Amino acid sequence: MNTPLSWIKAYVPELDCTVQEYTDAMTLSGSKVEGYTRLDKNLENIVVGKILKIEKHPDADKLIVCQVQVKEDGETVQIVTGASNVKEGDKVPVVLAGGKVAASAHESRNYPDGIKIKKGKLRGVESFGMMCSIEELGSSRDYYPDAAEDGIYILSDNEEYKDAAVGSDAVELLGLRDTVFEYEITSNRVDCFSVVGLAREAAATFGKEFVPPVVKETGNSEKASDYISVEVKDADLCPRYVARVVKNIRLAPSPEWMQRRLAACGIRPINNIVDITNYVMEEMAQPMHAYDLDTIAGKKIVVRRAGDGEQFQTLDGQIRTLDSSILMICDAEKPIGLAGIMGGENSKITDSVKTMLFEAACFDGTNIRLSGKKVGMRTDAQAKFEKGLDPNNAIIAMNRACQLIEELGAGEVVGGCVDVYPVEKKPVRVPFDADKINRLLGTEISEETMLGYFKKIDLDYDAAAKEVIVPTWRQDLECMADLAEEVARFYGYDEIPVSLPHGEATTGKLSFKLRIESIARNVAEQFGFSEGMTYSFESPKVFDKLLLDADDPLRKTVTISNPLGEDYSIMRTLPLNGMLTSLSTNYNRRNKNVRLYELANIYLPKALPVTELPDERMQLTFGMYGEGDFFHLKGIIEEFLEKVGLKELVSYDPKAGRKYLHPGRQANIYYDGIVIGYLGEVHPDVLENYEIGEKAYVAVLDMPEIVSRANFDIKYQGIAKFPAVTRDLSMVVPKEILVGQIEEVIREGGGKRLESYHLFDIYEGAQIKPGFKSVAYSLVLRDKTKTLEEKEITEVMDKILKGLETLGIELRK
Amino acid sequence: MTGMHVTHKRCHKRCGRLMEAGWYRAGFVPDRIVFMIGSGAFIMYERSYWVTMKDKLKAIMEEALAQINSSEQLEKLNDIRVSFLGKKGELTAVLKSMKDVAPEDRPKVGQLVNDTRAAIEEKLEEKKAAFMKAAKEARIAAETIDVTLPAVKPKVGHRHPNTIALEEVERIFVGMGYEVVEGPEVEKDYYNFEALNIPANHPAKDEQDTFYINSDILLRTQTSPVQVRVMEQGKLPIRMIAPGRVFRADEVDATHSPSFHQIEGLVIDKNITFADLKGTLAEFAKQLFGEETKVKFRPHHFPFTEPSAEVDVTCFKCGGKGCRFCKGSGWIEILGCGMVHPRVLKMSGIDPEEYSGFAFGVGLERIALLKYEIDDMRLLYENDDRFLRQF
Repeated sequence: MNTPLSWIKAYVPELDCTVQEYTDAMTLSGSKVEGYTRLDKNLENIVVGKILKIEKHPDADKLIVCQVQVKEDGETVQIVTGASNVKEGDKVPVVLAGGKVAASAHESRNYPDGIKIKKGKLRGVESFGMMCSIEELGSSRDYYPDAAEDGIYILSDNEEYKDAAVGSDAVELLGLRDTVFEYEITSNRVDCFSVVGLAREAAATFGKEFVPPVVKETGNSEKASDYISVEVKDADLCPRYVARVVKNIRLAPSPEWMQRRLAACGIRPINNIVDITNYVMEEMAQPMHAYDLDTIAGKKIVVRRAGDGEQFQTLDGQIRTLDSSILMICDAEKPIGLAGIMGGENSKITDSVKTMLFEAACFDGTNIRLSGKKVGMRTDAQAKFEKGLDPNNAIIAMNRACQLIEELGAGEVVGGCVDVYPVEKKPVRVPFDADKINRLLGTEISEETMLGYFKKIDLDYDAAAKEVIVPTWRQDLECMADLAEEVARFYGYDEIPVSLPHGEATTGKLSFKLRIESIARNVAEQFGFSEGMTYSFESPKVFDKLLLDADDPLRKTVTISNPLGEDYSIMRTLPLNGMLTSLSTNYNRRNKNVRLYELANIYLPKALPVTELPDERMQLTFGMYGEGDFFHLKGIIEEFLEKVGLKELVSYDPKAGRKYLHPGRQANIYYDGIVIGYLGEVHPDVLENYEIGEKAYVAVLDMPEIVSRANFDIKYQGIAKFPAVTRDLSMVVPKEILVGQIEEVIREGGGKRLESYHLFDIYEGAQIKPGFKSVAYSLVLRDKTKTLEEKEITEVMDKILKGLETLGIELRK
Repeated sequence: MTGMHVTHKRCHKRCGRLMEAGWYRAGFVPDRIVFMIGSGAFIMYERSYWVTMKDKLKAIMEEALAQINSSEQLEKLNDIRVSFLGKKGELTAVLKSMKDVAPEDRPKVGQLVNDTRAAIEEKLEEKKAAFMKAAKEARIAAETIDVTLPAVKPKVGHRHPNTIALEEVERIFVGMGYEVVEGPEVEKDYYNFEALNIPANHPAKDEQDTFYINSDILLRTQTSPVQVRVMEQGKLPIRMIAPGRVFRADEVDATHSPSFHQIEGLVIDKNITFADLKGTLAEFAKQLFGEETKVKFRPHHFPFTEPSAEVDVTCFKCGGKGCRFCKGSGWIEILGCGMVHPRVLKMSGIDPEEYSGFAFGVGLERIALLKYEIDDMRLLYENDDRFLRQF
C-alpha cells in the first residue's frame, strides 16, 4: 500500500510532522511504514519559466538559444537547448544554474544524488540553466500523460498549468512536493488498505481531528431500477451487490489533483471514469467495476456460480475455463465478468460508451482467493476482495464514485441505486473490562484513558452494558484481547513496563534425545567431521542414482502434492543423497580431505497413500573422502556408541546388501541383535553418479535405536591389583574366515579371565600357503581376585585353541 | 641421555663389586703404611720393588691423566678407561702382578693401585661430566626452533552456524527455566493451522505457501504446532522452546529457502502479562546480542496471538546509530511474538479466564545470518568445507 502524505493530510488537516516522525509514530501504532520516497528528491531550484525568444545557435544546427523569463519581475536567463518541441510563449519547468534535477533525459542510469546544473557554454554560447523533461523531474509520461514524449514538458499545453505564475515553484505546481509512504498492512486490517483507513489511524496516532470526505447525495430524478435489475442467485458468495447507472458519459482526462494522487499510488491515469474507479478503490478500499450498459442483455445482472467447464473471455483477452465454485457476473443471457477478479471482454468500457453500469459489490473473500488461484489470476481488485470487505462500505464507495462523476462532469448520474443486501452486517459488541486488559498487559491504565483511545478510532461505548461497539469495518475486533491490543498500541508498546514471569518455577532442560544428539556432534567434530545441513525433500530420481532396486521399500515415500518441482517432491527415506551431494560439491570445488556429518530426519510412510504422520527417524550420517578409510569411520562410530553408554559388543555383518555401497566393503552395524546402522565405501557407480572422483565412505546411524539404549550410568571398576598375563596367538587362518569370527572364539574361550585382546598383525602373501592368511592376536588374561596360575592360563588357552580348530585355524609354527 | 645414565650406573656397580671383594679394606690405615715404608733391608728390597711399583703407577696415572685431558670426545674416555682400568688394562696388569708381591706388602701396593684407579676414575668422571655438559649445551643451542612457524592443529570438525546459533538460544532459555521440546516436521493441518486460529481457507494459509502431502497432512510451515501439542498434554505451567525445521514454498535464492528453521517459545501460567513477554525477550536479546542491546516492540498481527508484536533490536553493528547493515534505521527485525490468543488456549483445553501466556517465534537462519554476517542463505545448505570451517 503506497499513499502520498498529501492525501492523508487532506483528511487530517492538522497533521504537522516530519517524514521521520510520521514513519516512527505510524509504525509504533501498528501501521508499519516500510519506507518512503520524497517525490521532490534531488529537485532543486526549478521554477516555471516562459520562453520569450528563440534564436538559432550560431555554430550548431541542432541547438537553439532561448531567452527564458524565470522571475515574475521579468528577469530572464539565456538557455541553450537541443530540444525541438519548444516555441516562443511556452511555459516550461526550468532548473536554474546551481539547481538539481533527478535524472537524465537521455540515459536510464540512476543518479542517487541527482544531477547538478551549472552554467556553461554550449558551442561557445553561454547557458544559465536547463529546461526540463518529465523524466528529468524524476517521473514519467505514465504518470504525466500530457508531458511531451522525448522533449521538454510544455506546462502551458495543460489547461490547469497554463496560468501558472512565471518564477513560481514548478515542483510544487506538478504536485511533486510530496512524500509517498509505503506501508506493510497486516491482513487483519482490511480497513487500512484505504487512504481513509490510514488517515483515521494517523489522526488517532497524532491526536488530530479526522475529517473524512463527505459523501453527498447524487443523481438525477430518474431511477436506476428503471435501467437495471439485479438478481443474486448465490448470496453466500455475494453478500451485497450495489448497482448505479451513469448516462451521457463524457470521457476526458481527470483533473490533475486526481491524477497526482493516483500517480503517487503507482496508478497510471487513464481517463476520468477509469480514474474515478481506481481513486475510490484507493480511498475506500472498495473495488468497483464499470460495464457498458448497452452491452448488457435484458438490462439485468445475474450473480451466479459458473457451470463446470464454462469458458469466458476476460477483458485482457484471455479465455478462462471455469467451474461451479467460481462466481460470475452475468446479464440476462451470458456472463460478463468474473466476480471480484476481472470484467469481461464483451462488456468493457470503450471510448464510445454512452451509459455505464457501476458495480460496487461485496464477495466472499475466500472464494475470490480460491477462484483467483484456479484461473491463475491476481488482480488489484481481487487482492482487496480476498481480505473480506465490509459490505456496509460498498454503498458509501458507490456514492463517493458517483459524487466524483458529478464533480468531474464525467457523466449524468441516474438517481437511486439497485442494492441487493439480504442480510445486513451489524456492528459487533465486545465486553469491556479495563481490569482484565490491565491484567493481560501488565499495566495500570485508567478506564477513561482506554475509552479515549477507542473514541479516536471511532469505536463507540455503551456504558450501561459495558460494551464496546465495533464498526463493521473493524472486523478484527472480537474479544477482550483484541481491545487490549488497541489499548496497547495507542498507549504505546514502548510504554508498557518490563517484567519477567513470576509463578511456579520450572526446570530448564534439553530432552534426552537432544542430549544424545549433542554428544554425537561433539564426537563427530572431535574426529574432524563438520556439520552439514541438507534439504528434507529431494527428487525421486535419487533412488536411481543410489542404484536402489525398482521394488526397494525405500522408494515408498511421503510425496508432496504441490512441490516446487520434481527435485523437491519427495520426503527422503535415506539421508545419503544430501550427504553425497554435499561431498560432490566439495569435491568439485577441489576441497581436500572433506569430512561431513548431518543430524536430520528421514520420513518413512506408515502406509501408502499417506493417512497418518510418517515415522520421522533422526539419522546421524557421516560422509568423507580423502584421508581415512572404512576402519577410521568404524572407530568413530564405536567411540560415539561408547560415549552414549552403548558399551556392549558392537558387531558387523558384511552381508548388508546395500546397493549404494561397495559390495565387498560394507557392513550393517548390530547392537543388541538389532541393526542400528550401516557403514561402507560408496559404490564406485554411485561415486560416478555424484561425480566424486575418489573413494568416499559413509556411515548412517539410526538415532532412535541408539537413544532408546543410551544411558549415562557409569560404575567404577576397581583398578586391577593382580598381575596380568599376556599370550600371543599367531595363526594361519583360512582366507574366508573373518577376524570377527576369531574374536568370537577368543571371547567365548577367554571367558571372565580374558581382559582384552587385540589384533597386532594380519598378513597374506608369499610366506603363507595359498588360501590362508596369517593373523596374530595378543591376549591379556587376568583374574581380579588373585594371581593366575599357569594351569589356569593353559586351561583358557586350550579352550580358545579348540575353538579355533573348529574354524580350521592352525597355530603358526 | 639414557645411555649416559646407564654408563654411570655401571661404574658405580663396578666400584661396588670391588668394594665387596675387599680390595681396599686393609689399606685404609695410613700410619701402618708409613711404618712399613720406613723399615730396614726388607725395606730396601721392598723399596726397590716399591719404587718401581710407585713409579710405574705414577707413570700409568700420568699417562692416563694426560690422555684424559687431551681426549676430545666422550667415546675416547671409554677407550681410555678400557686401556687403563679394563680387564686387559695397564692398571689391571699391575694388579695381576700382585701375586709376586710379598703378602705383607700387598695391602700397601693394593692401596696404591686403588688410589691410582680412584684418581683416574675421578678424572674420567670429571672429564665425562664436562663432555656431557658441553654436549647438552651444544644440543640445547642446536635445538632452537622458529616459534613463529605454523601451528600443527588437530583437524577437528565445526558445527553448523545454525546449530551454534540454536545452542546459544537454547542456553539462554534453558537458563530461564525453559524446556527444549520437539514436534513432527510432517504435521497435521489441524496443529499447523486450525488449532492456531487459522481456520480452513484463511488467507494466512496462503501467505505461508504450504507444502501439502494431502488435505490433512502437510509440511509444517512454522514450529508453532509444537505449542499446541504441548498445551494439549495439559501439564501447566509451561515454559518451553521448540526448535526445528519448517518448510514453505519459496524458491531458493539469497534470502529464501524452502526449508529453514524456527524456534518457537511458549509460556503459559497464571497472570502472565505482555510486560513479562517484553521482559523475557529483552533479556533474550541482551544475552544473544550483547548487554547494550535494546528492543523495540511494534504492533503486528498473527492469528494465534493477540496482542501481537514484531520485535526489533538495536543494530549490533552500529549500536543503533544507523548503518548500511540496518539500512540506516538503527534497528533490525528479529522475531514475532504476542499473547496467546484466548481461542488458541481454549482449543487446547486451557481456560483463558484462568491462564494466560505468551509465545514467540524466531527464525534461526535469520539470527545466524545476522550474527555471522552471511550474505547468502544458500551457503547454509551447500556444506562447503571452506564455509563450515569458519564457525
